[in-house]
Amino acid sequence: MTIDLIFTVITYVVLVIFLGGFLYKIWLYATTPAPLKIPTTPAPTSAIGVSGRLASEVIFFKSLFKGNKWIWLGGYLLHVAFFLLILRHLRYFMDPIPEILIILQQAGIYGGMFLLVPILYLAYRRFMVDRVRYISAFGDFFILFLLLSIVLSGIGLKYFYRTNIMDVKMFIMGILTFHPAKFPDSGLFIVHYSLILFFLVYFPFSKLMHSGGIFFSPTLNQIDNPREKRHSIS
Amino acid sequence: MADPTNIPELKDRIEIPKLVEGATSHYKCHPAKEKHLTPLGFPGSRPDDWHDIAITRLGELLKESKSLKVFMDICVKCGACTDKCHYYLGTKDPKNMPVARQDLLRKVYRKYYTLSGKIFGKLAGAEALTEDVLKDWYTYFYQCSECRRCSVFCPYGIDTAEVTMAAREIMHSIGIGQKYTLEIIDKVETTGNNLGIPEGALVGTLEVLEEEIEEETGVKVKIPLDQKGSDILLITPSADVFSEPHIFSLMGYAKVFHQAGVSWTLSSYASEFANFGLFIGGQEHLQKVAQRIADIAREFKVKRIIVGECGHAWRVGYSYWNTLIGPFDFLDPDYKTPTHICEYTNGLIEQGAIKLDKEANDEYVVTMHDSCNVARASRMGDKPGGQFDIPRALIDASCNHHVEMDPNTTKEKTFCCGGGGGLLSEEIIDLRVQGAMPRATSLKQVMDSHGVNFMAMICAICKAQFSTVLPYYDIPRDIVGGIHQLVSNAIQLGTNKV
Ligand code: SF4
Ligand code: SF4
Ligand code: SF4
Repeated sequence: MTIDLIFTVITYVVLVIFLGGFLYKIWLYATTPAPLKIPTTPAPTSAIGVSGRLASEVIFFKSLFKGNKWIWLGGYLLHVAFFLLILRHLRYFMDPIPEILIILQQAGIYGGMFLLVPILYLAYRRFMVDRVRYISAFGDFFILFLLLSIVLSGIGLKYFYRTNIMDVKMFIMGILTFHPAKFPDSGLFIVHYSLILFFLVYFPFSKLMHSGGIFFSPTLNQIDNPREKRHSIS
Repeated sequence: MADPTNIPELKDRIEIPKLVEGATSHYKCHPAKEKHLTPLGFPGSRPDDWHDIAITRLGELLKESKSLKVFMDICVKCGACTDKCHYYLGTKDPKNMPVARQDLLRKVYRKYYTLSGKIFGKLAGAEALTEDVLKDWYTYFYQCSECRRCSVFCPYGIDTAEVTMAAREIMHSIGIGQKYTLEIIDKVETTGNNLGIPEGALVGTLEVLEEEIEEETGVKVKIPLDQKGSDILLITPSADVFSEPHIFSLMGYAKVFHQAGVSWTLSSYASEFANFGLFIGGQEHLQKVAQRIADIAREFKVKRIIVGECGHAWRVGYSYWNTLIGPFDFLDPDYKTPTHICEYTNGLIEQGAIKLDKEANDEYVVTMHDSCNVARASRMGDKPGGQFDIPRALIDASCNHHVEMDPNTTKEKTFCCGGGGGLLSEEIIDLRVQGAMPRATSLKQVMDSHGVNFMAMICAICKAQFSTVLPYYDIPRDIVGGIHQLVSNAIQLGTNKV
């Protein structure tokens, strides 16, 4: 078996686990009944209001900001940098590359490198703040370590052991179009790519499910109208 | 009652303590005996296969409750909630940090119901349900007052109260429960109130109260009981009839109704607003306790139900009644069911239907303790936050001097009194005193800076808890009172046409 075939097969398996696992979890969250009205109040009294509440949590981490400014700062920077990094990588998934991505390219590169800062800061908190250390399991350190490895290998690819990015793009587009192509032939790329595949497999089985789960949190997504509208046990 | 042995010293501000592992591992509620468990349909003792039953029950709950399912999965251990629980702040025990409390259940969830936990065990934060874990459950899920403060600061709204309720439910399925709460639930289900007071005693006490009002004001104010066909059914915690300072609020409600000139009644069959079914999770007892109220409202053919000052019960009434004992199509649709007495009185004031003389409360500098269940699990009026504004409007209508405590300790960020969630039990007085430390600290601040000498609240448990524990902090117990106690002092009887 060639390396091309191996990585092609693994990639498809990973995608099935990632998408299947994620969607299965979301399906579970969506279909588990919420027998009682339990929004944390004060809560919005309309569906539009609830959308706003969820948006303020997802976009600004509003409750976290109330709770702890330092965690908010660390967490927020982590997510923004991560988001930029994803945007930057979209160029490997699209042909032609939209104008906006080309404009954002540089921001994405800086975002990616900057990601090191919140990762290290949050890791520092996990080790140093006694309360946070107490509640941290191995998995909580592990995910930071995983992200760190992904970022470092990415930086390595960008600045030290450059891979032919056209090869990368061909391979990815091959996966997306079901026309398997050659796997880019570079040691560091194999590391970087494998770590990402691992991240994707790990995703649905870990706390990373907070990304989808937040939308199903009854304390956040319920409308405060129990007297006006009968919430039926379902 | 035994005196507490460990009373925190009040500092200038609420400090976040360093962890002291096991600090409260020996604070334990008296366990329920067979005679408390079986009447409620729980096994009277722990069965041999308790482990399997508990795990099965957990699996069922994960299918029945979205909150439990989602909350078990999505906590990222960010730590934002770790310093938010009054019990942690007061006891220093790390297992009283909200996320650590959740983890007592979460680690078992991971062990039996997640792939990563099954494969990687401890590395994935998973742990089997052992005797020791069960011991921790009993200890620390009865050191949570289900106050929801943690959920306010959690980026995903994770509400530890939901987890606590689920854990208590699981324990009940294997014959483990807390005596105090189960005893009360049984009493209310059989006698109609938490104290087990029979109708006769109720009649006598209400007469005494009527006499007291007449002596003090010269006006004959009725406190009617079982008056079929009245317009209003008043449901209030039984403590309002039998405890101080609660009765002063009851007198306040009576005066308000008198002055409004409406026909109203209490019920001896449903003489309890409190609903401890909330504290144990599940809907069965929650529903059963509340059902008496709907039944009597139907029988009495009242037009509306108004409820008295009680925090957790207002949560149940406001958020759950419609679901559990509704629909209320037999009541007048012009009114909200239930209506809080504060909403009602405030409405009368706004219409000019009652008059208040603020000077009557000039001896008081008043501050407001927001009861957590009102603050974080309900609303009053039409706008979000009405649960903060309406009681304060009543304070301002009845008093000239009103100051607020540190905003980090009021409204949605309010600290629990330390006695909610079924923890108002004597044997855990140490826990109760320590849990009240954050509130006592912020109260002391305004006592020192503004001479506050009255803390107004609308919760029967808060009143009882504070009256008991504040004296240990050298705060006089008569600082505790109800909103309608202030209304009662200020209301002008007989000044407008009845
Ligand atoms: S619900 Fe209240 S008592 Fe329970 S963990 Fe959260 S803050 Fe503490
Ligand atoms: S704030 Fe929420 S997500 Fe963060 S540790 Fe606490 S429960 Fe978990
Ligand atoms: S007793 Fe009062 S402060 Fe304590 S849990 Fe209940 S409502 Fe909250």
